[in-house]
Amino acid sequence: MREPAADTVVCDACPIRCVIKPGRTGSCDRYGNVEGVLTRMDPLLILHRAQAQGAALVPFASREGGWDGELVPTGDVVVTGAGAGTTYPDYKPAPFIVSAQVEGVDTVTVVTEAIFSYCGVNVKIDTDRHVGPERQIVRARGEAVGHVTTGQYGSQMLSLGGVNHLTGGSKREGLVTMETLLALCSGEQAELSVDEGADLTLQAGQPPVINGTVEERMRVGCGSATIGMFAQQWYEHVDEVVVVDDHITGVLSEHQAGRYLDIPPTGTKVKGRRSTPGRYFNVANPGTGWGGTDIEDPLAILEAFDPEVARPGLTLLMIGTTGEHHAYFVLDDALRPVPTPLPDDLRLSVERIRENCEPASTSVLFMAGAGGSLRAGATVNPVALTRSVGRTFTRVTCGGAPVFVWPGGGITFMVDVTLVPPGAFGYVPTPALVAPLEFTMRRDDYAALGGHMEAIVPVDEVLARPDVRHS
Amino acid sequence: MSGPLAARTPDGSRLHLQHGPIDLIVEAWGEPADVADAYRRAWERFQPLLDELVAELPALRRPLEPSADAFSGSVARRMAAAVLPFGDRFITPMAAVAGAVADEICHEMTVGGGLRRAYVNDGGDIALYLSPGTSFDVGVVAVPERPALLGRATLRSDDPVRGVATSGRHGRSFSLGIADSVTVLAADAARADAAATLIANAVDLPGHPAIRRTPASELDPDSDLGERMVTVEVGALGSDEVARALERGVDEAERMRHDGLIVAAVLGLEDRVSRVAAPSAPVLASADGR
Repeated sequence: MREPAADTVVCDACPIRCVIKPGRTGSCDRYGNVEGVLTRMDPLLILHRAQAQGAALVPFASREGGWDGELVPTGDVVVTGAGAGTTYPDYKPAPFIVSAQVEGVDTVTVVTEAIFSYCGVNVKIDTDRHVGPERQIVRARGEAVGHVTTGQYGSQMLSLGGVNHLTGGSKREGLVTMETLLALCSGEQAELSVDEGADLTLQAGQPPVINGTVEERMRVGCGSATIGMFAQQWYEHVDEVVVVDDHITGVLSEHQAGRYLDIPPTGTKVKGRRSTPGRYFNVANPGTGWGGTDIEDPLAILEAFDPEVARPGLTLLMIGTTGEHHAYFVLDDALRPVPTPLPDDLRLSVERIRENCEPASTSVLFMAGAGGSLRAGATVNPVALTRSVGRTFTRVTCGGAPVFVWPGGGITFMVDVTLVPPGAFGYVPTPALVAPLEFTMRRDDYAALGGHMEAIVPVDEVLARPDVRHS
Repeated sequence: MSGPLAARTPDGSRLHLQHGPIDLIVEAWGEPADVADAYRRAWERFQPLLDELVAELPALRRPLEPSADAFSGSVARRMAAAVLPFGDRFITPMAAVAGAVADEICHEMTVGGGLRRAYVNDGGDIALYLSPGTSFDVGVVAVPERPALLGRATLRSDDPVRGVATSGRHGRSFSLGIADSVTVLAADAARADAAATLIANAVDLPGHPAIRRTPASELDPDSDLGERMVTVEVGALGSDEVARALERGVDEAERMRHDGLIVAAVLGLEDRVSRVAAPSAPVLASADGR
């Protein structure tokens, strides 16, 4: 065994234990020797905001006068944590602590890649289709990676990841969870399935795919709201409209809006539980058919027409809340609805419903707690950083992207993964996710909270580093 | 210390295996259950693989000694077998490491039977599995920054090719020559890997002042190339010089083809491309029909 020279480093990232000379990388090209220090070689990301926004950008008038509304003037360059490397446990100063003179105020950005054992994603899926009952398990490749959580307006919500799936279950569960989170955070596709629910293909910023069908639109409103929005356009052209919806199915003639327009009763009887006139709950089970129900044949939600009220020739439009499903019927002499082509003057309203449905998308928020030892990388008095963030003296960003910091203890934040630079998320085999994290504050505030003043590097020096990637 | 990792690629169809410097992209075609089984086998074989190699690394970094004991790891044995016929040139089993890993995983995946096709791509060194009647289309790119196809070939199940490997100055390993890329089609990936390394070494202009070289050990103390001078920079070359350097590589490739060690090769240096193949062999035809 050769004795390594003084300026070489022995990499301990894998069993090969490469002996790396200064300025060289190991056999993987991922780790290198930078001036005698083992260094992760993915380049630091520098966001040139001014460049990205174009030279023609007119500066904010307020910048002339000093404060531009930012808590800390950020200048034109943001150094992100992507590629900064990490130290774990974080007793050493965070990999980069960058200072910049911005309009006379010395600002300090603590740049690190944080390892998050406590992290997950919240996924908002714009659909009224049934993806699975709330609280049901969400799986990836058979492993439990999260659950269906409280639905929101026009959307189904998933909560994925978290420490219990990452490290609380089997090794494979942790690995699959980590891979799922990484894929979603990196803007890649994740294949998921919900127990007693649907198969999902999800990708941040893309329409969700539910049981193999691309979900194109959100619903325009619930069935009742749809009646309210379109009653005026319908009442001259059709006797009755039933808007099929998993939440509230609306019936035009009974609905407040129909009454207001003096629409006469039609003898239409809808199954389900009547909430208020013209508004019905539970007309069917949740599913991937009409209006987020399991209905494929809309007549299945109707009882026989009331012979006392209904008359032959009565016209009926049935439509889902996205306009994707619709059918038009005329009652025959036996008061049975007969499918009939949609008249042109109704087609417009059907198309208008479709038009008013927003494109369905999938949004992914990464949520993590930068607690514990990570804060020690930024300051010798970790709780001071938490307090400083809490009092908004310190701005937290994730790869330069704005984050929402939860009130309360710790530094628990959420970030839209599509705003984080590509490739910023990584992993360690713990398993846990690695994400960039920056704390920006005034230099004097940084000193006051016990910052690693000795480790501060002027921003020009970081920009001059050979491994810096500009974006 | 990081352990071996497995992940599906974003589209879900491929498997990505990584441990230390080994980065494999694996894809199999067949019934879903057979594919799943093949991926599971690949992952199980992959996990201990790097540790097995590391255990025999010092011997793998030296030229084969006829008296030496056989290697105990199956990947190490593949490496040794791949370089054995090239014993008259300087070569160590490390010249075949990437191809041998690809062969090993590909073999393991197909043990269960049932797959239609599969490949294991180890950083450009590719092991193939083809059931009867199937084929693969292969393309060659010399310099990643200039992703023009140097050539393409259709490899059919009745062609004697199950390995494709590329070597050159721009990859992770050192080269003794100046080729931008040498791609070899051979019976398996380990043999293709070793041959590509040697052909790329042969594409050279010894003593040319525009070529800067450094002892390998200066760059990597553990390199199997020891004090040998590896290429670090190639300055401006005249077009006749480019042709002469390529000709040396073509001679080496022709010898290998004559000895039945490779099926075909395509050599690229600057804007020139040379091909070596028997008339009946699958040829890496130029993408633009040249």
